[in-house]
Amino acid sequence: MIDAIMNAAPAWALTHAAPLLVMVPLFLAPVLALVPNGRIAWLISIAATGISFLFALVLLGLVQTSPIGVVSYEVGRWPVPLGIELRVDALNAMILLIVTTIGLLASVFSWPTVTAEVRKEKRALFYSAFLVCFAGLNGVALTGDAFNLFVFLEISSISTYVLVALGAGRDRRALPAAFNYLIMGTIGASFYIIGIGFLYAATGTLNMHDIATRLPELAGHRSVQAGFAFILVGLGLKAAMWPLHQWLPNAYSYSPSFVTMFLSATATKVALYALIRFLFTIFRPDYGFEISAFSSILMPLGIAAMVVCSFQAVFQTDVRRILAYSSVAQVGYMILGVSIGTTEGLSAGLFHLINHAMMKGALFMAVAGVVLTYQGTTIRDFAGLGRSAPWTMTAFAIAALSLIGVPLTAGFQSKLQLGFALFDQGLWWAVGFVVFSSFLAVIYMGRVLEAVFFQPPVNPRKARKEAPILLLVPLWILALANLYFGIAADFPLGLARDAAAAAFGVEAFR
Amino acid sequence: MSPETLIAAALILPLIIAAGIAAMGWSPNLREGVTFSGAGLLFLVIILLTMHVAGGERPELNLGQAAPGLSLAFKLEPLGMLFAFVASGLWIVNSFYSVGYMRGNRERNQTRFYICFAIAIFGAMGVAMSANLFTMFIFYEVLTLSTYPLVAHKGDAAAKRGGRIYLLTLMGTSIGLLLPAVMWVWVLAGHNLDFVQGGLLSHVDVSPAVASALLILFAFGVAKAALMPVHFWLPNAMVAPTPVSALLHAVAVVKAGVFTIMKIAIFIFGTDMLEATPAREFVLWVACFTMVVGSLIAMTKDNLKARLAYSTIAQLSYVVAGAMLADPAGWLGGSLQIAAHAVGKMTLFMCAGAIYVATGLTNISDMKGLGRKMPLVFIAFMIGSMSIIGLPPFAGAWPKYELMQGAIDHGNVYLSLVLIASSILNIAYLLPIPLLALMPPPGTKEPKPFKRPGGAPMPTVVAPLITATLCIILFFAVGPISKFLAPTVGDRVEYIAEGGQP
Repeated sequence: MIDAIMNAAPAWALTHAAPLLVMVPLFLAPVLALVPNGRIAWLISIAATGISFLFALVLLGLVQTSPIGVVSYEVGRWPVPLGIELRVDALNAMILLIVTTIGLLASVFSWPTVTAEVRKEKRALFYSAFLVCFAGLNGVALTGDAFNLFVFLEISSISTYVLVALGAGRDRRALPAAFNYLIMGTIGASFYIIGIGFLYAATGTLNMHDIATRLPELAGHRSVQAGFAFILVGLGLKAAMWPLHQWLPNAYSYSPSFVTMFLSATATKVALYALIRFLFTIFRPDYGFEISAFSSILMPLGIAAMVVCSFQAVFQTDVRRILAYSSVAQVGYMILGVSIGTTEGLSAGLFHLINHAMMKGALFMAVAGVVLTYQGTTIRDFAGLGRSAPWTMTAFAIAALSLIGVPLTAGFQSKLQLGFALFDQGLWWAVGFVVFSSFLAVIYMGRVLEAVFFQPPVNPRKARKEAPILLLVPLWILALANLYFGIAADFPLGLARDAAAAAFGVEAFR
Repeated sequence: MSPETLIAAALILPLIIAAGIAAMGWSPNLREGVTFSGAGLLFLVIILLTMHVAGGERPELNLGQAAPGLSLAFKLEPLGMLFAFVASGLWIVNSFYSVGYMRGNRERNQTRFYICFAIAIFGAMGVAMSANLFTMFIFYEVLTLSTYPLVAHKGDAAAKRGGRIYLLTLMGTSIGLLLPAVMWVWVLAGHNLDFVQGGLLSHVDVSPAVASALLILFAFGVAKAALMPVHFWLPNAMVAPTPVSALLHAVAVVKAGVFTIMKIAIFIFGTDMLEATPAREFVLWVACFTMVVGSLIAMTKDNLKARLAYSTIAQLSYVVAGAMLADPAGWLGGSLQIAAHAVGKMTLFMCAGAIYVATGLTNISDMKGLGRKMPLVFIAFMIGSMSIIGLPPFAGAWPKYELMQGAIDHGNVYLSLVLIASSILNIAYLLPIPLLALMPPPGTKEPKPFKRPGGAPMPTVVAPLITATLCIILFFAVGPISKFLAPTVGDRVEYIAEGGQP
């Protein structure tokens, strides 16, 4: 498929795919703000995300066929390192593919839920904010400039705060949730920019590649180490690394269903990508302070996230909160994979990142369907839905099994790879925590599934009421992807392995 | 047909049958027709494969990689063939029985029942033919998931509870213990999970402590083998309709468990490494403990199916003990037990089901004198019991004999004593049932008239008689079976099989 698109793509698309990924949604966003009609805005946003998806495929093809595995683009022809460089290797290409795929599926399914949850006059603005957020996330994943990354991170974050706050139409608690997120997100961004300041002071450059080449002789430098610490905390906050995740459960529970689905599958992933970029490409895992950060900060925090947040998920009664806490726990798996510090570990973490985007996307989409038809998200509201909405709930069940890590689903494959990577380094005790966290997942998802399939409906008068077809199609695409990649994991695992190799700066192309 | 095609057929057939059953759900007769013809065809395929394997071939089929290094691959060897043979052959008998039982009992959701049954057979075939631990693990879980709806079939509170315990225990142990063990083997063996004759880990330097930890993870991770203390799912699974208990919880599921342990002992550990593993003795002890305690608990149970369930727990430990003996006689005994116990215990379960359909009775104390009204059923029960006890000329005699021989050869004499004690306990809890039914003591009340007019449906009486006959046939067929198994369990078996026969 990638080959076909590469052959069909015009020359300008091949050369300018990278900047266009940001430019198309970013320039369409203000247009949307002026469009009076929400439905037109929706169609335009589908077009924008669809085009971006094609560009992401083109970029992936370019990276895979490039002899050095890197596609570099000088913005405005300003030479690197003075100008801003967009630098794409296998790692960004993978992240871009996830973001654009989820973005496309999300905007397709969004219309029914947005009409139900957002007031009429705000719908076009809503889509405008969504495209800005989408452009920002693409920008973070594309850029090769540390300061530019901050700019895009803020573009995406600020529009995210708006999106979360728009949930106030359904639940007023969205406002404090958005404010809380705003404060925490801004702190994270400030920490990040302080860290960049330290690095700039030490190296005198903002280009990531340039920083990376100058760092080895400065690795013992205090300001470099301080910068590392600030960046770790700042990006950790954005990525909802435990215990910096406090903004996440409320933001996910009260924002519009569509926003929850989109954010859970992309926003934390992109922040995690930035963290990985810093940990592996700019700083190197063989620096002494980074080794100790891995073993004494990231690994304990990853494990704590897996265990503590899974426990918290067990005690929630709202399905969206269960899934939100579970998201933090899943970020813990990824952090654990990253903190092993080997290519196997990193590829297992990235593989889980891909799979988590698929399963959480599907889960939140199914929840959106339930919100749409039954106006409730507590476990009680889910009772008996297995009979009244079988298609929605079967897809939900598939994604839930994948989240637990049942064999023949994608989640199983990534946990298997994570286990292999942990055993490889003799960290068998960490496998114990992974397994224990999976048990907790069995419990918290089991509670929901049992209500769905085995309990009688709360209100038996509600007859068979399936989610609209516009929601079911993307939902089932994701659910079937969970099954397909659970049986034949070659494609996502190949992406993750190439990405891990690229992050380490190793050439790993076939 | 080439053996590769046959392997693919053995896997696809059950799925086609499941689809056919779903399509024919509107007509019970056609639906059962699909089950029968499919089961017959599957058995034919397995017979053809068995002939290939008996001829010394080791056909393989690779379906491709799920992830780099982890391929869904199948390779036949005698032990797996034996398991596949037993499971697919008894499926025919059991389908015959199910028709009588499910209709006689007017069970609901029969189509779902037969579909899940076919998928469970698919899982069992996959386990039997798997070429590596990864494939085996996948199909092991398919077996768990497909049998959960069967256990919870009735849908009432007790069935749901039993089903939940079933699912949580089997999934929990397999993901919590078995999966880490699989990952560990993957790393120890240098990114390989294949079953290798002589032991995958035999050429790897594994410290005794690590080997012990692995063995314990495997022994308790495979909860389908029902070693104590991970046995409790089995009595709870008895809420399932009796055909499920008969085929799955006496043959396919539990035998998949002990088969997995056997396979791991032979193909992952191998004789020498197992010998050098300190935990071997511990697992052997646990198996002995399970034998005795399982039998003791069985004595206290008045519910017939519960008694049979604990008896199954005790009998499964024969196979585990055989696997842990780490020598050909033990392995041969364990393998024979897979077949012998299957036919014996299935007979008993099917008799229990026939009694239930006819009279609605589940308690042993109510069955005194019932043999006068259902003589054939209780004669079959008698034969099944004697086979389980291990009396000649019934199938159960051989595994016990071989296990004792292996135990003495191997210096674990206590195992022979435990086996003798277990036989005595078997006599105590199994034989009184048919004896009191057929020859009630004077003064016993006449049993009540049948709840179902006409008594047990014909298939539910004929099916246990068939398996009871198999118990006798198997006794005389032990020579060829041992020869067939020789390449897997070890070279000395042929000597044992010939020289050891009285």
